[in-house]
Amino acid sequence: MNPTDTANPDYYHRVVDCQWACPAHTPVPEYIRLIAARRYTDAYMVNWWSNVFPGILGRTCDRPCEPACRRDRIDDKPVAICRLKRVAADNRGDITPFLPRIPKEKNGRRIACVGAGPASLAVARDLMPLGYEVVVYDEADRAGGMMLSQIPAFRLPYEVLEDEVNYILDMGVEFRSNHYVGSLKSLLEHEDDYDAIFIGTGAPRGRELDIPGRQEAADHIHIGIDWLSSVAFEHTERIGRRVVVLGGGNTAMDCCRTARRLGGEQVDVVVRSGFDEMKASEWEIEEAMEEDIPIHNFLVPKEFLHEGGRLTGVRFDHVRREVDESGRRRLVPTGEERIFECDDVLVAIGQENAFPWIERDIGIEFGEWDMPVVDRVTFRTTHPKVFIGGDAAFGPENIIWAVAHAHEAAISIDRACRGEDLHDRPPDHVTLVSQKMGIHEWSYDNDIDHARRYIVPHADKEKALAERRMEVELGFDEDLGYKEAMRCLNCDVQTVFSESLCIECDACVDVCPTDCITFTENGEEADLRTRLMAPARNEEQALLVSDLLKTERVMVKDEDVCLHCGLCAERCPTSAWDMQKFLLDSAMAYEPEHGRGGGNGTGGERGNGHWQPPQRGLPPEAPSQPRQEHDHA
Amino acid sequence: MTHIAKPRFTHPLLGTNALGLSRRDYEGSMSTLCAGCGHDSISAAIIQACAEMSMPPHMMAKLSGIGCSSKTPNYFLSKSHGFNSVHGRMPSIATGSNLANHELYYVGVSGDGDTASIGLGQFAHAVRRQVNMLYVVENNGTYGLTKGQLSATADVGMRSKTGEINPHDSIDLVSLALQLGASFVARGFSGDKEQLVPLIKAGFSHRGFALLDIISPCVTFNNHAESTKSFDYVREHNAMMNRPDFVPRREEITVSYEAGESRDVTLHDGGVVRLHKLAEDYDPADRVAALHHVQELQTKGEIPTGLIYVDAKAPDLHARMGTPPVPLNRLGEAELCPGSARLEAINSRLR
Repeated sequence: MNPTDTANPDYYHRVVDCQWACPAHTPVPEYIRLIAARRYTDAYMVNWWSNVFPGILGRTCDRPCEPACRRDRIDDKPVAICRLKRVAADNRGDITPFLPRIPKEKNGRRIACVGAGPASLAVARDLMPLGYEVVVYDEADRAGGMMLSQIPAFRLPYEVLEDEVNYILDMGVEFRSNHYVGSLKSLLEHEDDYDAIFIGTGAPRGRELDIPGRQEAADHIHIGIDWLSSVAFEHTERIGRRVVVLGGGNTAMDCCRTARRLGGEQVDVVVRSGFDEMKASEWEIEEAMEEDIPIHNFLVPKEFLHEGGRLTGVRFDHVRREVDESGRRRLVPTGEERIFECDDVLVAIGQENAFPWIERDIGIEFGEWDMPVVDRVTFRTTHPKVFIGGDAAFGPENIIWAVAHAHEAAISIDRACRGEDLHDRPPDHVTLVSQKMGIHEWSYDNDIDHARRYIVPHADKEKALAERRMEVELGFDEDLGYKEAMRCLNCDVQTVFSESLCIECDACVDVCPTDCITFTENGEEADLRTRLMAPARNEEQALLVSDLLKTERVMVKDEDVCLHCGLCAERCPTSAWDMQKFLLDSAMAYEPEHGRGGGNGTGGERGNGHWQPPQRGLPPEAPSQPRQEHDHA
Repeated sequence: MTHIAKPRFTHPLLGTNALGLSRRDYEGSMSTLCAGCGHDSISAAIIQACAEMSMPPHMMAKLSGIGCSSKTPNYFLSKSHGFNSVHGRMPSIATGSNLANHELYYVGVSGDGDTASIGLGQFAHAVRRQVNMLYVVENNGTYGLTKGQLSATADVGMRSKTGEINPHDSIDLVSLALQLGASFVARGFSGDKEQLVPLIKAGFSHRGFALLDIISPCVTFNNHAESTKSFDYVREHNAMMNRPDFVPRREEITVSYEAGESRDVTLHDGGVVRLHKLAEDYDPADRVAALHHVQELQTKGEIPTGLIYVDAKAPDLHARMGTPPVPLNRLGEAELCPGSARLEAINSRLR
């Protein structure tokens, strides 16, 4: 293999699995260290700059970072990254001094954002500090979009949402509430002379289930997201005693748990295919089951049963899963039927985009599935002034993807307004700084914590089911947050190798606890992967390969299960290994003058003079033994 | 020194041996030696050898004297017996322990000071008596623990890091052991585990005194450009007499080599050392030839490494003394007291 090109930021970025997996590339280990140092405001700001809604995401994020966590690959469970984010949000101080100053003198450009969900708000957040005038339209009376209408209050308290929405609106965004935009054409041609329009209208249409009985029993059959929305806006306060929820995604989980709080005593979730194929996040399924909601699988709905205009139940065909020669799975009826008697049905089988308000003759090309054609890099449509992001762009995803789209769209809008090439993207900000503070002293805590993942406390079930708005997850307190933060392996502190200094003494090979390092004859990657101290079978993880050493061998490090404990660097007599912190801040339209978070958690290049070393050992007054997750018994 | 404990997390593919132990189970505490010390590589090689041979840790004893090298038994086999003795006196402890209980595997770890200076007399007698042990010398040619004075194995004419030139001839422990009758003599290099690990395994399998002289560069005091025990110098002058493979008794030997390319030596416990890349006309069973060969290479400034001499059939200390098969420490009063009639017979023989 050729020597690894570590000058390409992607190399070290990929080693930080959580950050790489995060659509917004939030520097996760960076803020986790700040939490361990109890610098919650700083930890919050690192998040706020990157993902805009730390308090909301700390409760509702889809957490692509967690399955990516390295701890998952060393016979352990991922760090509870999402819950730690919430610790930062819950314990933050006043952040107003750290918010960007909004220019009084505007730059004369006006931007419209359609929909007041996460994508539009994030675009507004990125553009306001640059002097843009931003107008946000939404049909609801409050801003928040799906975060307000679809995420139940027992998962996301309204105050948390309101705080973070207001940080943005208070920048001077003009929010036109109760204003449904019925025509893009008129917005483009007549209203207010916008320089750019951002569409962040989400995927607002719940998929319909057209089977016999749908019309006849319509009064008791509800589309999941519409029903959740009507609960959120307090138009709906009750549901029948027996409820069937159709669908296996997160909306279905929100529906069934909301139903339990609105009078549903017997709530059943029914999914077409296997339990293991459900789209909902594992933890949301667990929480639904905790609330005594059974999940039935391999049942395909065939008919809504009704009597005199009243729903009486749902009839299902039982199916089994068959895999054909090409590996494609099919659901084959077994001939059995099942009937679930019920008073109400919630249909949560998917969401769709809908653009009835976009005229087809104004220069916006529509492609497959009647979706507007959107450039995946610039988020611009075929109309030079119209941009789309969030669920509206490529179909339903989640909040963190919406934020990631918004950052890119804001860059594009800014460049478009300044007449610059949209495909000429600004680079990410990258630094790589040695963490060495002395002999065997590092500015991060390299003493690996062996604790298992801590269990987050929950509210009492009876009370939570009785009060729709009571938050179920209580979050980690400071002490548990500290303990969980210490589980982070600091994957951003990279093992940087300098072949010119290496004397090939094998000390790093001998000390490495996870057999990552090998000195061997060079070869092709497939061959090298078999010849290491431990075979490198995880091909998603890169090999760090050095140039030829004195003995004509190369150093090969498998990044897969490196603990970043720094022992290779501690036992290296010549500092050929060094532990260097890689910090990547994704490019944004607006770059804050004083950095993104008031300090970097390990001292060094972004320090603000207030750095405190992370505490070692247990903090004072440790309470009773916290619970940790163990392998499923 | 490193302040943190080695994390207990291991590579998910780290397997276990016949005893259900992983390599990590043969480790000891974190080393307090200088970063990059050759001795740490030797500890790692011992750990690897023991794990791969499925050595039962409770049946092993590690003995040492004083010095950097003698600290290392703390860094491997934490579940084995151990004794850290007075400077240069490890051979006596080993002899006594071995006499009391010959069922344990003994590994003595010593350095060039502990063996070639203060302990030379003790060393000589342990060799002469064929104490059944693996005697490892971690040889770096310098007194590291007292900050880098030239040791008795430093080559004549070599300049120390502080500029002192060695006026004395060096003691070659390999030649000495050959002369004193050691039945297993080998030399390794801490920077070449491929050669070192099989040598350690063969040493454990051998019955009798097994000397393993290991050049182990001292990164702090003896790894400079003029050193003859530096990583670079040893790599440049390594006259590898053979590259051994060790095959334990339980495993069938399947690979075959052309005649003349390799040679098999069956050890006492049935394990086989297969020597590859053998120097031409070299017979590791011929003590006189081995001595000659070593001397010849060393005169040319080369460092012969590999399994230099082995006599798998030589009687060890217990065989020579005719001790009973049951270890002496397990004999009871009945076995130890001959009875008055027998005593009377012995006494009358001496009158």
